[in-house]
Amino acid sequence: MTKTSERIFVKGNEAIARGALAAKCKCFFGYPITPQNDIPEFMSSEIIKAGGDFVQAESEVAAANMLLGAGASGVRAMTSSSSPGIALKQEAISYMAGSEVPAVIVNMTRGGPGLGDIGPAQGDYYQSTRGGGHGDYRHFTLGPGTVQEAYDLTIRAFDIAFKYRTPVLILGDAILGQMKEPIVPWEPTDVDEDAGRDWAITGRTGGREKRLIKSLFLDEGALAEQNKHLQAKYDSWKDLTEAEQFETEDADLIVCAYGSIGRIAKSAVRKFRKDGHKVGLFRPITLYPFPSDELKALAEQGKRFLTIEHNLGQMVDDVRLAIRTVADSDFYPIYPGNLPTPDELEEPILKCLEGK
Amino acid sequence: MTEMNEKLVFERPRSVIDRPTHYCPGCHHGIAHRLIGELFDEMGLAENTLMVTSIGCSVFLYNYLNADAVEAPHGRAPAVATGVKRARPDKFVFTYQGDGDLASIGMAEIMHAANRGEKMCVVFVNNTVYGMTGGQMAPTTMIGQITTTTPAGRCQTHEGAPIRMTEIIASLGGTAFAARGALNTVANIKKAKKYLKKAFEFQLNNTGFGFVELLSGCPTNWKMTPLAANERIANEMIPYFPLGIYKDVSEEGGVC
Repeated sequence: MTKTSERIFVKGNEAIARGALAAKCKCFFGYPITPQNDIPEFMSSEIIKAGGDFVQAESEVAAANMLLGAGASGVRAMTSSSSPGIALKQEAISYMAGSEVPAVIVNMTRGGPGLGDIGPAQGDYYQSTRGGGHGDYRHFTLGPGTVQEAYDLTIRAFDIAFKYRTPVLILGDAILGQMKEPIVPWEPTDVDEDAGRDWAITGRTGGREKRLIKSLFLDEGALAEQNKHLQAKYDSWKDLTEAEQFETEDADLIVCAYGSIGRIAKSAVRKFRKDGHKVGLFRPITLYPFPSDELKALAEQGKRFLTIEHNLGQMVDDVRLAIRTVADSDFYPIYPGNLPTPDELEEPILKCLEGK
Repeated sequence: MTEMNEKLVFERPRSVIDRPTHYCPGCHHGIAHRLIGELFDEMGLAENTLMVTSIGCSVFLYNYLNADAVEAPHGRAPAVATGVKRARPDKFVFTYQGDGDLASIGMAEIMHAANRGEKMCVVFVNNTVYGMTGGQMAPTTMIGQITTTTPAGRCQTHEGAPIRMTEIIASLGGTAFAARGALNTVANIKKAKKYLKKAFEFQLNNTGFGFVELLSGCPTNWKMTPLAANERIANEMIPYFPLGIYKDVSEEGGVC
């Protein structure tokens, strides 16, 4: 059940904030860092108007731990940051994964390593899809490519977080965050705001048994059991993979790209199609779990692959893992610090086509 | 007939779970737990409480007190508690933290939670040493105190002076109540309970941040008998960490 309203013209960052409010997010914990400041700035007034609470934390570390506290209390809560700030949040994210606390974390990435720059980049793919903190864990990672998708996936992120009691990461970048596009906002009408009733810490009202949200398991074998349980949960996500396939059916060459670069690559692919070249686009939307089966199915049809990323080669590992028994993928890196255009992507695609 | 006349004067608080603790002989965590449990019973808090436990020996607070709890990363309990309280403002929320946790790695979190005036309480157990990790120097380690990382004794010019947290917390605008008690004598234990009660009341009245430091013994890491540890609290710790109330906004006319 949904309720839609009229089109609005908003930045990607604002779309995420609006999506969170539509999903009944009640607490937001932020810390300023470019290029995601529109999110906490929007939330500092709007979430209060919506009856929730906003805290500008003293650090990214504190913001992520506030998120842990709110999530453990069974309340829909979110934090947002950008690359170096997300690195600081990893401690709490590992604890949230370990103690199965639902929460939504937004990473509007910038260039790195280190202080890097404030321009777009996709250098955080490994950190986002491998479990950036300590221990064996994964979390759901969604990679929106348009402002509308940023809105839609934020709503979905909260549903996934609570259904599976897991932190969910939204991986965008400075392009998506700063780009303005028309979107059609919608509101889910079936949000269960009391979804934590069976597990969250809410007080032993009525004398119920006490509840513990924890990630410490000292008894012999207990930690192994918890890890088995977590891995089984991650395995169960296999069926939830999602990818955009554009002109892939009769394509000889498939360009693999995600997020903003996926969108730019789509423009390049359109141009090649106009010129009669059989090029298609495969854009993963769930980055973890990665849509390996869909990609492998394309490889089994004898297609060739070119992965393009705004980094020096990270998602290409997942592409290769998916298709390794039948094919391989070429790779074209866009270095952080450069803003890619569709024209720039034409040469590597053409080279790949000619190399047939 | 005699049985009829017997009066039960001392029993386990209902909020304290009936199980042996894992603490070393002479450790004061058990006393601190009991004081909190007694207050849970007296103030009717057990069903309304969300506890935030931290790192170290006291993480297992949740095994001994019958209330909901969440475990925080090292030093982050005040941030986690901020999230809990903002999410569930009608609940009674407190953290229970040791000196390494609160005054070293968690210094930023405790300062800012207090300064924001989060409507929560912090129970700060100060035994001047990292206990569970095996007796390393803490920010509160006394000058001259031998630990596994200050084998020649803490030296002020090399390691700095022991940090007085209650004084610092009392100086922050959001703090409604800050006090330091000790758990080495019956008289001090009774006074410590009063401080805890007052801090709890400030939260229940939605006034501001409540902070209670409890000077405690760690005979194992101090390499002392429990009685000698109590003596050390009296002779070495209390002179440097004076007991008493450092801030009480009800006496200052109150703040919001």
